[in-house]
Amino acid sequence: MATTSDVPNASFRLSMLIYDTRYRAITIQVVVLILFGLALAWLLNNTAQNLAVKGKQFDYTFLGSRAGYDITQALIPYTNDSSHFRALLVGLINTLVLALIGCILATFVGVTAGVLRLSKNWVVARLMTVYVEIFRNIPLLLWILFIFVPLTELTQPPSAFKLTEAMIAAGEEPVATMKLDHTVAFTNRGTYMPFPVLEHSVPAIPGVPVNATFLVIVLVLAGSFYANARIVMAARSVQEATGVRPTTWWKSLLVLFGPIAVLLAALGFHLNYPVPPTGFNFKGGFVVPHPFLALLVALTLYTGAFIAEIVRAGILAISRGQTEAAYALGLRPNRTMNLVILPQALRVIIPPLISQYLNLTKNTSLGIAVSYMDLRGTLGGVTLNQTGRELECMLLMMGIYLTISLIISTLMNFYNNSVRLKER
Amino acid sequence: MTDTFVRVAMLPPELPPASQRGAIKWMRENLFSSITNGALTVIGVVVVYMILSSVTPWLWHSVWNAGSESECRAIVEAKFGPGATGACWAVINERWPQYMFGLYPNDLYWRPTLAAVILLVAAAPVLFLSLPRQLLWVTILFPAIAFYLLWGGTIWAPVSAMLGFVVMGLAYRILLPMVGVTVAGSLGFVAACLWWLFLSGFVSDTLASILPLALRPVDSDSFGGFLLAFVIGVTAISFSLPLGLLLALGRQSNMLIVKTLCVGFIEFIRGVPLITLLFTAALLLGYFLPPETKFDLILKVIILVTFFAAAYLAEVIRGGLAALPRGQYEAADALGLDYWRAQRLIIMPQALKISIPGIVSTFIGLFKDTTLVTFVGLFDPLKGVTTFVRADSNWKAIYWEPYIFVGAIFFVICFGMSRYSMYLEKKLKTDHH
Repeated sequence: MATTSDVPNASFRLSMLIYDTRYRAITIQVVVLILFGLALAWLLNNTAQNLAVKGKQFDYTFLGSRAGYDITQALIPYTNDSSHFRALLVGLINTLVLALIGCILATFVGVTAGVLRLSKNWVVARLMTVYVEIFRNIPLLLWILFIFVPLTELTQPPSAFKLTEAMIAAGEEPVATMKLDHTVAFTNRGTYMPFPVLEHSVPAIPGVPVNATFLVIVLVLAGSFYANARIVMAARSVQEATGVRPTTWWKSLLVLFGPIAVLLAALGFHLNYPVPPTGFNFKGGFVVPHPFLALLVALTLYTGAFIAEIVRAGILAISRGQTEAAYALGLRPNRTMNLVILPQALRVIIPPLISQYLNLTKNTSLGIAVSYMDLRGTLGGVTLNQTGRELECMLLMMGIYLTISLIISTLMNFYNNSVRLKER
Repeated sequence: MTDTFVRVAMLPPELPPASQRGAIKWMRENLFSSITNGALTVIGVVVVYMILSSVTPWLWHSVWNAGSESECRAIVEAKFGPGATGACWAVINERWPQYMFGLYPNDLYWRPTLAAVILLVAAAPVLFLSLPRQLLWVTILFPAIAFYLLWGGTIWAPVSAMLGFVVMGLAYRILLPMVGVTVAGSLGFVAACLWWLFLSGFVSDTLASILPLALRPVDSDSFGGFLLAFVIGVTAISFSLPLGLLLALGRQSNMLIVKTLCVGFIEFIRGVPLITLLFTAALLLGYFLPPETKFDLILKVIILVTFFAAAYLAEVIRGGLAALPRGQYEAADALGLDYWRAQRLIIMPQALKISIPGIVSTFIGLFKDTTLVTFVGLFDPLKGVTTFVRADSNWKAIYWEPYIFVGAIFFVICFGMSRYSMYLEKKLKTDHH
């Protein structure tokens, strides 16, 4: 903190740049700026020299050339004839998908574990403590490998699940069987899971580029939510006028789930189960690649443990007086939690929760351990090795990660500001 | 007149009803207070049973001495009947040196072991304030001792490197009364840099030629296992704290340029994954430094990991600084303390106390992250050594044991650190809430 000194009556001397606290700050800043500039110039000069020595140019034209490698998990059309830029996009989407699903699941796991850790139930509270402590104190990389290695090396090929007529007649069992009531199969190629499918589709509306079925489902859902909001508003106005709140739960349920259920039934919604092969591979179902599954489970459980601690700390941070005051007002425990404790705890919880989401997103880069083709796997992995352009690839990759981080933290800060306690 | 009964002796107090005492009361309150709670208890017990019933026999059948995985299996089946499975800790038993020291030369294991013992001695006075302060000399000299023991070579190289700090201290002492902390500190740093760049090598070479006192040099490439994790972890922890402090102060500073630079550094480091920074260390530092520089990979990794931890620490400490009431700063000003005295005597002791949990969890994170160095080709205990061990055909079919072993060690260390932070928090607590 700036200290004040006597006002010197002498005129300016050069030595005052160092001795006088009024000028010292400026001197220091100028020196720092010059040093920073020099260091930057030195680094740039070195880089230019090194590039010249290696006979390389700094340019990004390689992004347009043919990638020439395959990516197993590509959510947008991609072949090995696509460009490096396309590969980058595939990787980026893989990173974001993993991060998004991971954040949702981790929040769910974390909130559950955090609340249960505070429960009065001795067994459950201890169990959750053990979960949180074990996952927080062991490296994430270990969890990823711990799930991935057995998943790939202890599972059978899909053909091991084969069950033919001849085998049934001879009373033989297949080498491997499906788990969870014959719905999920762990094979060495990936995990086969049931997948929701629609038998019919809404005919495309001419001139609208979006999938018509998807559009109809979204519209129906939006309509349901709107109707539900109207019902709740109507109930509130009745309550404010008469003091009696009309029963709305069955109306809400009906409005929220009725239309979409009818629509899905009309469209022939059902789960497509994987069927054990008669030849070499499963029919139907949906294959989750092992790297994705291992990363998702490990990231969820690991980040979940941290979120659990945050939730617990947040709830504990609300003083007991708040609970007691709520009880004194006659609120029941459930409503005390929902109306008094959680809204206040949320303010404590959200800032560290944001940094956990950021951590999870950054930790998706550990996909390198299981060859998950995320941004680091495509741009910072195969593309970098094939083109030999370390500098360009690394800088671009860091830039993208930085952008993702900044976007997430900006969005979450907006949300944080909206729930923040508004003081004077 | 009717007989009246008056009790003259006091009755012994009745026990509470059976449902209100002892185990039953406890169970009613803690396990079955409501239907939901009862259901949760049952689910919890079932989960515990399922885990224990699958893990216990496997652990019970542990084999500690065997030459290969198939031998392990044969021993388990001979002892506990066909089909029995058991943990094969023989792999850890056989590969213990690799897990501890990586590819460090066999006959020199005493050196890292001795360094680890001295580390304990050096860390003790920092961790426990009740120990004699003289032990701090070991702490101060530890970097030189550890470097000498681990890397070998002549003793004069670390000694003359340490002399750089002496130079820095002397320059600082001499300049302090004249120019103030900031300028004296930076000039001292410049003096030390000059010493390291121009004089240190000459001094150590001269002294080495007179009196070598050399240990057999060991190349960084042969470092591995927990030795590597500790080298990176301990060095990064000890350097990241001062750096993080400076960054936090810079971010809080009124000087716009200093503040901007600090914010930029912190946000950049925090915005990218550690792996990209490690790749930067491995691939890009070569571009940024003069063409002929040769740099040890471990050193590069340590520098980047230190930066990484320092950025996180800076944010943690900034939180502590922000949590201090404004009155503390004003009181320090009112007492006429200058910036550095105010920081040292008033602000930092309180801010650091507030940020202890955050600081320690950053350290725990850093220590866990040392496993990531495997991706730039270093021989870390988790993936590097385990992959190496499983490449041996004898141990190919080992899946769980190495991970459980390494995980257990990490757990003990990290859990210990978090317990220590709780102890410290309790010890330093001065308020009466």
